Amino acid sequence: MTQRVSIVENILNANDRLAEENRARIDSAGVFAINIMASPGAGKTSLIEQTLPRLAGQLRVAVVDGDIATSIDADRAAAAGAGAAIQVNTGGECHLDAVMLHGALDQLDLTQFDLLIVENVGNLVCPASFKLGTHKSILVASVPEGDDKPYKYPGMYRGVDALVINKIDLLPYINFRMDYFQRGVEVLNPGLTTFPISCRTGEGLDSWVEWLVKNSRKE
Amino acid sequence: MHELPASQSILEIILRHAEQAHAKRVTDVYLVIGQLATLMDDSIQFYWDIIAEGTPAQGARLHFKRIPAQLQCMVCFEKYSPNVEEIRCPNCDSVGVKVIAGEEFFVEAIDVE
Repeated sequence: MTQRVSIVENILNANDRLAEENRARIDSAGVFAINIMASPGAGKTSLIEQTLPRLAGQLRVAVVDGDIATSIDADRAAAAGAGAAIQVNTGGECHLDAVMLHGALDQLDLTQFDLLIVENVGNLVCPASFKLGTHKSILVASVPEGDDKPYKYPGMYRGVDALVINKIDLLPYINFRMDYFQRGVEVLNPGLTTFPISCRTGEGLDSWVEWLVKNSRKE
Repeated sequence: MHELPASQSILEIILRHAEQAHAKRVTDVYLVIGQLATLMDDSIQFYWDIIAEGTPAQGARLHFKRIPAQLQCMVCFEKYSPNVEEIRCPNCDSVGVKVIAGEEFFVEAIDVE
């Protein structure tokens, strides 16, 4: 005899619950945590490399790096001045999830830091769906990727709290319509905090660093 | 995207509830998926058939209820269901919108024996 059992349980619950646990740990240490996402090569690691020296003496920073393979990015973060640089190798998983961040947090004494930078796996699709427990999500877009990406990747652009547009030094050489790009962003995420920068020339980095310091001091 | 882990989560949820209900078999699974959730019914069904084999949910039929996207304009507060290409407010043409519905992804119920 058939019986209907009511469930109403969210399918991504397991990850979300662990993300909440991660957040509680981060909050109790008074740390500001960000999740940096982007396509491969947009400039996540370069942004971290340019950010760390500018935070020296102001904030103590820990970095958690997610990659399918190698510790290349964690090594770069350590060389640039991270107080701790933990590499998570996903072995094939295309995004970081709350479980992986949980494991990385176990390797950190959060009380020794003011800012936690999580660098996600290079991927413009999947990371948007997996909460980690960080306070803010940052998307790094880059000029050579093209100006139509907000239209083509709405899930990512809609879900982030700040946008960094990297490689603006290449604008004279690339067919990138900034107004078309920004209109695409505005439809999905009106008023999104945006930082046009160049990691290579240093342009725009001061505003980005100021934003990090302001948010870290609030926690 | 990620229909295999999604199917695995669905299986875990329903087997847990089936056990709590002391059920021998799950015959039907009722899923609610929002229009904006990035999952394909066919792919979930495909993985489901593979992973449910050998479990009390083997052969269970999946039912997909799709919830249309509903947005609310943050300027004039008009609620509307957008078509795919244009999500601006049909009333005042603003771009500031909030998603009220369309991102759901849950197991609503199961039928058991």
